[in-house]
Amino acid sequence: MTKQISTGAGHDRFVGSALSRVDGPAKVTGLAKYAGEFSAENLAHGYVVSSTIAKGRITGIDTSAAEAVPGVLKVLTHQNRPSIAGEAKAYQDMVAPPGSPFRPLYDETVVFSGQPVALVVAEDFETARHAASLVSLTYEEETPHTDIAAQMSESYDPPTKRGGIKPPPKPWGDAGGAFDGAAIKVKQRYRIAHEHHNPMEPQASTVVVEDDGTYTVYDKIQGVANTQLYLTNAFGLKPDQVRCLSPYMGGGFGNALRPQYQLFLAMLAAQDLNRSVRVVLTRDQMWSFTYRPGAIQTVALGADAKGTLQAIRHDAVHGTSTFEDYQENVVNWAGTLYACDNVELTYRLAKLDTATPGDMRAPGAVTGLFALETAMDELAYATGIDPIQLRLANYTETDPVEDKPFGSKALKSCFAQGAERFGWSKRDPVPRSMRDGKELVGWGMACGIWEALMMPSSARATLSADGRLEVGNSTADIGTGTYTILTQIAADALGLPLDHVTTKLGDTNLAEAPIAGGSWTAASSGTAVMKACRKVAEEVFKLARGMDGSPLANADFERVVFARGRVELAGEPSRGVALVDVLKAAGKDKIEATESASPDKDFKKKFEAYTHSAVFAEVKIDEELGIVRVTRIVSAVAAGKILNTKTARSQIMGAVVMGIGSALHEESMLDQRLGRFMNRNLGEYHVPAHADVHDIDVIFVEEEDKANPLGVKGVGEIGIVGTAAAIANAIHHATGKRIRDLPITVDKILA
Amino acid sequence: MLSESGSAGADARIGITLTINSERRELQVAPWTTLLDLLRERLDLTGTKKGCDHGQCGACTVLVDGTRINSCLALAVMKDGAEITTVEGLAGLAQKHGTNTLHPIQEAFVEHDAFQCGYCTPGQLCSSVGLMNEGHAKTRDEIREAMSGNLCRCGAYTNIVDAIEEVMHQGAAR
Repeated sequence: MTKQISTGAGHDRFVGSALSRVDGPAKVTGLAKYAGEFSAENLAHGYVVSSTIAKGRITGIDTSAAEAVPGVLKVLTHQNRPSIAGEAKAYQDMVAPPGSPFRPLYDETVVFSGQPVALVVAEDFETARHAASLVSLTYEEETPHTDIAAQMSESYDPPTKRGGIKPPPKPWGDAGGAFDGAAIKVKQRYRIAHEHHNPMEPQASTVVVEDDGTYTVYDKIQGVANTQLYLTNAFGLKPDQVRCLSPYMGGGFGNALRPQYQLFLAMLAAQDLNRSVRVVLTRDQMWSFTYRPGAIQTVALGADAKGTLQAIRHDAVHGTSTFEDYQENVVNWAGTLYACDNVELTYRLAKLDTATPGDMRAPGAVTGLFALETAMDELAYATGIDPIQLRLANYTETDPVEDKPFGSKALKSCFAQGAERFGWSKRDPVPRSMRDGKELVGWGMACGIWEALMMPSSARATLSADGRLEVGNSTADIGTGTYTILTQIAADALGLPLDHVTTKLGDTNLAEAPIAGGSWTAASSGTAVMKACRKVAEEVFKLARGMDGSPLANADFERVVFARGRVELAGEPSRGVALVDVLKAAGKDKIEATESASPDKDFKKKFEAYTHSAVFAEVKIDEELGIVRVTRIVSAVAAGKILNTKTARSQIMGAVVMGIGSALHEESMLDQRLGRFMNRNLGEYHVPAHADVHDIDVIFVEEEDKANPLGVKGVGEIGIVGTAAAIANAIHHATGKRIRDLPITVDKILA
Repeated sequence: MLSESGSAGADARIGITLTINSERRELQVAPWTTLLDLLRERLDLTGTKKGCDHGQCGACTVLVDGTRINSCLALAVMKDGAEITTVEGLAGLAQKHGTNTLHPIQEAFVEHDAFQCGYCTPGQLCSSVGLMNEGHAKTRDEIREAMSGNLCRCGAYTNIVDAIEEVMHQGAAR
């Protein structure tokens, strides 16, 4: 089907198909095990006691009542904990932002509400939970500052930039002057709420103490290498003393990029008691660490009467903790997405007395594109130009920020195919002009953009004498379909049936690979697996050619194919050898190769790599009740080659659902006096449910990209970017109300 | 090793009999043990998931005498004598009706890619079977309404409804 995957070996038989997930049977039978489900002999259970204040210090802890409960093994606090690493640096994980990471049970200081202040360890879960309720603490409380609006005046440009996050580019042209002189101006303030990831599986770690004194750690993490690094640094262990596994993960979305405090506490207790320990957080405690920081943004767009942009200004401020400078790319997108001669983008942080925010699905882009793409819709109305035409009028084939062409950018196809599927041409642009019975109907659209990333990764491939192939590395399948796509790539590379290929992931004993995040896993691990398989194929070929009377005696590698479990001369399938016979003749029980893959430096020098989308939304609104239903979404995505049309479609659909949540439902509300999130449960923090989700139509447009040999760009994030803006724009079209403050709840519709 | 009898901290143990996935079990359980924790912590039936422990997410949905319930909201002692089916027993449920290795709803979930991370999946599956047993939901909107107690953060809803609709129209086994 494509030349890109062709390794000079296999055919594209499975890559690009709609294969069902290879881990499907394990997941529908309950056999897939998650971090908090691994057992061990003599397993003890830990339950976390959380602080009830946001800022101050602990003045007293009374653990006597808890310790008196039969079955309680230990109550760990900062007062009696074993010695741990003192330097904050030792707690810096692979993706920690600049700053001084939180150290659980380190001392009496409280820096956010819900901070772990004790761990009760007991023979069973119920006893630990009960005893935890008996731990009593006294505090000296200080006034917390958690209101971003109030902290705006104290906002700052982070002095140390976070690795991998580009700071805003230097301004070009004269955005202020051009805006002032523009014929048509839009300048508005936009807000999004704090959001919590809320994966269905709460954070969990099981630390198993092995007979030889080493540890086997099952952790909810998007990359076990990070768990291992964290534990070895914080506890002074060597890598070979800590094997970390995460074979399945019950949802990540960024929430499990960094090791969380339950891991630290489980290891602390396991060492202290010399017993295996499991710690699982409650749903309530899922509000006590990372979140998508709410932001206050201003977008100013100046244009001429034809809609040509003359000035773009995008300023954003979002919160971070008092101890780390979490950073994401909120404003740079405006400079990359549109051609404009006068651009100024600024980005600042405000310190809040909360846990450190973190990456949540398309971090920064969700925030920034909501503001930018709503502003573009406002500009469309101000100029009287159709929203798609306005975007086409400002289309760019090069990235103005880097002054380099895009490796590929099929956004125009997204507009065309998305509009066609949605029926955009039938839209009457006048607000309140479309109805369905008593409901107002609104149609809106927006663009999405995300970086197409690749990280250095390695992978191992092992072909056994029985003709079975095992591939894998330490990255995680967080529900994205990594097991499946790697199986497809490997099966094609060596021409094997799918049931002869096994993919193993999420184990530090496997080849090293990066954390699963940023939509880079398919490109990174996919390329590494492909290269490892190619290496095995070359070895097989060499052995086959050397066999007595080999039918491939004079062939070269570029002229053979791997198919049907054989290596054959291209076009002459009869001239070939079965892989099992090759290994048998060579007297080998296996052929193994470990290969690394890195981003193509030449490509990066010449091109910029992004995925793009055009999102179309239909809403129906009962005006009397103010209830919004998102009845239709069409998401047209340009993301390079699609390895598996079934799982990739699911990625986009799922991201669209999270975008619906962002637009209409999700808001972690702070009680600013207490500095505490109030709605810490799934009843009061509404994530989209079945009844909130109607038709979602996903289109993958053709796009050929050469950033990596597979031609993939990644699909984990792009589906959410722009979705909230498309919905907000549809709500404006339906009601005539421009709501610039997410989530768009009933009260805002009725106001 | 902790015995099946449950908490070391609770004095009282109550003897109950449950039939779990067609297997009759006599158990001594502490009164504060939920059906969910009994399944996961004592019986190693970890297919049933804990997502919120508050009856708000549906990940713990099991079938009790054919009716779907949130097992986190039921104390195990309340279900004395009941017949319980968890995700591990769904295939067996179908086999009784003469089908193959998986329950049709399990097969449909795989075919329609009705899950991603898989953590809500056991609850969605048991809830789907419960919904079909109830027989009220007929249309896609009714399925959506009646499945709204089962959250899926990966957002596989459209595919879940496709899977349920297909099995429902086949009039598949319960």
